[in-house]
Amino acid sequence: MSDQERIAGIVAEHEGREGPLLPLLRDIQAELGCVSAEAEAQVAQALNLSRAEVHGVASFYHDFTERPDPRPCVEICRAEACQARGVEALMQAARDAAGDRVRLADVYCLGLCSVGPNAKLDDAVHARLDAAGLVSLIESA
Amino acid sequence: MTYERQKDFGTPEVLSETQVTLSIDGREVTVPAGTSVMRAAAECGGSIPKLCATDNVKAFGSCRLCLVEIEGRKGTPASCTTPAEQGMIVATQTPRLEKLRRGVMELYISDHPLDCLTCSANNDCELQDQAAAVGLRDVRFGYDGADHLGAPTDTSNPYFDFDPSKCIVCSRCVRACDEVQGTLALTIDGRGFASMVSAGQTTDDFLSSECVSCGACVQACPTATLQEKSVKEIGKPERSVVTTCAYCGVGCTFRAEMRGEQLVRMVPWKDGKANRGHSCVKGRFAWGYANHADRITSPMVRESIHEPWREVSWVEALEFTAGRLRTIREESGPRALGGITSSRCTNEETFLVQKLVRAGFGSNNVDTCARVCHSPTGYGLKTTFGTSAGTQDFDSVMHSDVVLVIGANPTDAHPVFASRMKRRLRQGAKLIVIDPRRIDLVRSPHIAAAHHLALRPGTNVAVLTAMAHVIVTVGLVDETFVAERCEADAFEEWSRFVAEERHSPEFLQDVTGVPAQTLREAARLFATGGNGAIYYGLGVTEHSQGSSTVMAIANLAMATGNIGRPGVGVNPLRGQNNVQGACDMGSFPHELSGYRHISDGDVRSLFEQDWKVTLDDEPGLRIPNMLDAALDGSFRAIYIQGEDILQSDPDTRHVAAGLAAMDCVIVHDLFLNETANYAHVFLPGSTFLEKDGTFTNAERRMQLVRKVMEPANGMQDWEVTQALANALGLGWDYTHPSQVMDEIARLTPTFAGVSFDRLEAEGSLQWPVNEAFPDGAPVMHEAGFVRGKGLFVVTDYVPTDEKTGPRFPLLLTTGRILSQYNVGAQTRRTANVVWHEEDVLEVHPTDAENRGLKSGDWVRLASRKGETTLRAKVTDRVAPGVVYTTFHHPETQANVVTTDYSDWATNCPEYKVTAVQVAPSNGPSDWQENYAELSGRSRRIAPAEPAE
Ligand code: SF4
Ligand code: SF4
Ligand code: SF4
Ligand code: FES
Ligand code: FES
Repeated sequence: MSDQERIAGIVAEHEGREGPLLPLLRDIQAELGCVSAEAEAQVAQALNLSRAEVHGVASFYHDFTERPDPRPCVEICRAEACQARGVEALMQAARDAAGDRVRLADVYCLGLCSVGPNAKLDDAVHARLDAAGLVSLIESA
Repeated sequence: MTYERQKDFGTPEVLSETQVTLSIDGREVTVPAGTSVMRAAAECGGSIPKLCATDNVKAFGSCRLCLVEIEGRKGTPASCTTPAEQGMIVATQTPRLEKLRRGVMELYISDHPLDCLTCSANNDCELQDQAAAVGLRDVRFGYDGADHLGAPTDTSNPYFDFDPSKCIVCSRCVRACDEVQGTLALTIDGRGFASMVSAGQTTDDFLSSECVSCGACVQACPTATLQEKSVKEIGKPERSVVTTCAYCGVGCTFRAEMRGEQLVRMVPWKDGKANRGHSCVKGRFAWGYANHADRITSPMVRESIHEPWREVSWVEALEFTAGRLRTIREESGPRALGGITSSRCTNEETFLVQKLVRAGFGSNNVDTCARVCHSPTGYGLKTTFGTSAGTQDFDSVMHSDVVLVIGANPTDAHPVFASRMKRRLRQGAKLIVIDPRRIDLVRSPHIAAAHHLALRPGTNVAVLTAMAHVIVTVGLVDETFVAERCEADAFEEWSRFVAEERHSPEFLQDVTGVPAQTLREAARLFATGGNGAIYYGLGVTEHSQGSSTVMAIANLAMATGNIGRPGVGVNPLRGQNNVQGACDMGSFPHELSGYRHISDGDVRSLFEQDWKVTLDDEPGLRIPNMLDAALDGSFRAIYIQGEDILQSDPDTRHVAAGLAAMDCVIVHDLFLNETANYAHVFLPGSTFLEKDGTFTNAERRMQLVRKVMEPANGMQDWEVTQALANALGLGWDYTHPSQVMDEIARLTPTFAGVSFDRLEAEGSLQWPVNEAFPDGAPVMHEAGFVRGKGLFVVTDYVPTDEKTGPRFPLLLTTGRILSQYNVGAQTRRTANVVWHEEDVLEVHPTDAENRGLKSGDWVRLASRKGETTLRAKVTDRVAPGVVYTTFHHPETQANVVTTDYSDWATNCPEYKVTAVQVAPSNGPSDWQENYAELSGRSRRIAPAEPAE
């Protein structure tokens, strides 16, 4: 199945839904690993939006990427509480552990501020990380 | 005179019955409830600093420069998003506010190139103004942080540049594109510090994006980020003159901003009631033709059309012309002479041309190109309602609940009105489109037609009668309206007629191609959906049943009670800027100004006394009849002002033969147009920028055209006509077009109250302006119809004689596109060609496959009349069996294939239906080649004689 057909399938699943844009983009990102320019255009056409509008929304969220990145991704919280609890001191070790193999993404608050520094891999959030904990999390990715 | 921007009130005007009074910095001001504090302050002469607010888009509240203090309220609310309330006490300048504002400004400036002195917006930049207004002295943050200064400039649009290094991300451009233009071509890419304005997607630049180059974003931009190339090239304007666009029937008014004798830019005038500060790519940007190298500025003559042109003095040209005209009149009588007025020229110029023909030549052989577009409107609306004009103003659409668009493509042909209509549709009004082609309105971002009736070309009457059938048989007639306002007998007859089974949607669906169910739903929606307004265009009039269709539309509006108030009505979307005016001014062979028949002795004697001549009491010849008469030798001379009938009129070969048979063809135009290939005299014309006068738009709105520069050819068009009249010994002595308008007012009851002084004072007037309507009439037929009672007219569907068959199995229909205008004489001579280099033929995928065609292939388009070649574009916008093209380019000569069938009542040609065949081809047709050769030969200009 071509990407175009897969997107058409996803669009069809959301037909009739109110506010379909974000759920659609999420499914496309999950299925195809990215929301490409072509995908944005196809969604725009399907939802009767302008290409610019869809691009504005897709580019606002870091979770939607223009190209697929097959590497695993560890999201590290760099917001105020986690900063206060020392996340910045862990960053160099994290970068060294990640190298080119793992993608590190900055996020701002994972909702567990009192037990930071926090990071997320797949669907699990890991709290109270120190350098060793973060490095082993990255290595396990 | 110093240059000033038009005042910006910060937020849009609010219309409300309730007024509130508040105090701002100690000044009392009363404004409609809902008005922002910012606007209220501007109304009483104050000015609150602002960056993200401007009065043609809704407030956004992002820049935080417009903070104010309000007594009894905590904090410092943004004045652009805070509505004024009764009794509010507002302070706009306090030490606390000043400090806050300076802080905001410092942040902006820390990420802005400091090259004001070399910036093209220097002294015309709101960022600069506001920095001064808040008293910015230094920037505590320094300039070492991250910035956007290296971002490259996008120069892809031919008229404006986008330099993101100067962008303050105020979103005014994005909002202007969304709210004002309705194209939604812009967005903010990314978030936070990375936020950047983006046309379309990452892969786009402005040209490849959805942008239609209307310029609303450029106008909205407070900095030099989005700026006209012309400002960069020529420099900042020094003065401005308000004038009216010379392209389409919307009639946008502009400030022509000048530097010396050079036009720098056109900025839509916010006080213009037709456009309300908006415009399209043509009016705002496509004026470059005015100084194009092809423009001819010296008169030329030649003995025969086989000779090259000779440049001569005005005196010689006029003597030559007058001599020929006199000889022909002596030999063949006055009826051998005639003229064609232009829908492009002013009312005054048109009036003078028809006066020259009637009073000078002595015949009534005057006609206008409105013949080829809206004559059925005149006939149809006069018969049913009593006046030959649309019933509403453009603002009316903001009160409509159901909009019915038939045979019109407003987003391409009347873009500024279309933007207004789209705004109303986004607010929730319903849309019905009746058109063989899937025009943009059927589906474009945030707009979707409730019903698209994709009928077969030529079946408008059948579809409208079927709608009437549903309305009558289901019992949806507005009985009260009909009983009070319309002639009872005619209504009875009409309702019996439409109720006949042969007019049911089920019976007609095979003829029209519209499924009965869809048609029933559309009829129901129109009759029951609230205020219903009908907008139509050339897709209605340019048919053998054009007049019947107009009357069928009028019937529908009357039956549903949709006449005589805002939000309803019957609205022809007039093609050319002054087609309404040209018709009003007596351009038709049977009518004097104000649509009064030439056979009416009282009217005639009014003119005879004023003009001191005796008028022929018989209607003269229409354009097609002039051409026929030329072939039999009885019509020999024609004065054509501002029209290119060879390219715009149907059946090009017949037009060519008729012109070639005449002994004196006088073309008065800007360029050596196609018609001039057959001319003996060429009188150079002036552009709208070079003349004074008035245009009347599709809402019957008369607006001033003002001279902003001297005519390159030495004379305004009305002066040329006067010179010709005087060469014939008529002794005219107008010194200004206002005197012509005084004469029109004196001789025409509809315009009795119109004068240049009033137009100057009031901006515009919608006719009638007379004792009954001293201030004009935005909505017509409010209290009763002009003819007394509305007249229902039975409209029987008669299929056109133009039929498809085995040799010509497809139906061709024609139209226009946004960036080009009519025969393209102007727009082809501007950068607008980047959007439309050539005419293409749209073919449905099925028809293309049957013929082995791909997009981009050369195809031969042949009808019973002739053939031409052009490139194909395969698209499902057209239905199977239908092909579509535009007629903007002379190389294509699409009218070589159109027929001379025409409207039964008015001879309006049937451009919209031609049976054709399409086949692969590898080059131009014989006609194109022969014509190209003739055209090249005929355009030669002899080198000037060496001086003695
Ligand atoms: S020029 Fe008009 S259509 Fe293009 S981006 Fe600007 S506002 Fe939108
Ligand atoms: S381009 Fe102009 S209008 Fe648009 S966001 Fe930037 S500064 Fe504001
Ligand atoms: S062409 Fe029409 S819509 Fe465009 S600016 Fe001129 S009058 Fe307005
Ligand atoms: S700040 Fe890190 S989880 Fe909230
Ligand atoms: S002008 Fe009010 S917040 Fe920008």
